[in-house]
Amino acid sequence: MDVAQLKRQLFEYTTLLFHEGFLDEQFTQLQQLQDENNPDFVVEVVSLFFDDSERLLNELATALDQQNIDFNKVDAHVHQLKGSSSSIGAQRVQRVCIAFRNSCQDKNVEGCLKCLQEVKHEYSLIKNKLEILFNLEKQILAAGGSPPV
Amino acid sequence: MMPGETMSKQVAGAASPDPRSAGSGKAMMGNGAGASWAAVPEKKKLSVLIVDDDSTIRTIHTILVNRVGVEVEPKVAENGQVAVDLFRTGESFDLVLMDWEMPVMNGIEATRELRKMGVGAMIVGVTSHSMDTEKETFMAAGLDDCYGKPLSIKILKNILEKMKIDD
Repeated sequence: MDVAQLKRQLFEYTTLLFHEGFLDEQFTQLQQLQDENNPDFVVEVVSLFFDDSERLLNELATALDQQNIDFNKVDAHVHQLKGSSSSIGAQRVQRVCIAFRNSCQDKNVEGCLKCLQEVKHEYSLIKNKLEILFNLEKQILAAGGSPPV
Repeated sequence: MMPGETMSKQVAGAASPDPRSAGSGKAMMGNGAGASWAAVPEKKKLSVLIVDDDSTIRTIHTILVNRVGVEVEPKVAENGQVAVDLFRTGESFDLVLMDWEMPVMNGIEATRELRKMGVGAMIVGVTSHSMDTEKETFMAAGLDDCYGKPLSIKILKNILEKMKIDD
């Protein structure tokens, strides 16, 4: 596939991610911060997001598996996940976190468990989609082009 | 209030303890004992402390601070206690970007403590709390301003501009 085709594919794929609500304008702002001084800025920030999210999702699963659930602790983890998902523009993860926090405040165990499953699902979706997006960018670079911002 | 929107001290009320009000009422540099902005040479390196427990936010804000067009030297702290300890050990900063919810010591407690210590640096709250009443609570701890997180370049430039204008 030539550079022009790859660029078109990247453009269409990115547009779809925005259209389907996976990403919001915060992701565009991150892309705008990337320049020759920080060529891998977006990948680095998103990798940090992946690391933090996986740690938080594990901690949430452990916290919700206790006999006496510490809802303040659960809420603090969800708050952090909401913040980091918002900071990279992972809109759907952020939205589930809002519902998750409401369940925490209501001390609703069933609601929290349901939200944990939803947030895990949304996280795996956005992770997969961002990896595809970064892979397309790599292919463009390998073909001698530069990814459009 | 939408993310990124500001709540200035005037909006939140003047109940906050502000050691600078005893002086000229203008933004002072460093830990309160330093010179004002006007006395600082144009090319002075600004020192910025980024206080946030979220490493993603710390990275984004560090890059942002490095992009604002003035020479800046950012440093990070993962909670309010680390920030307070930095000032206690004699470090000074011109601008502190303070998160609210953090382990060990949150942004409200850290801001109160810093103001109690006489720190006159500009402290700007950066929070995912979006309700006006929540931001008012944070402002009352002694903030100069409060914004939704993460900051944008435009907002950061406005903050730095205010530091000049306030002088």
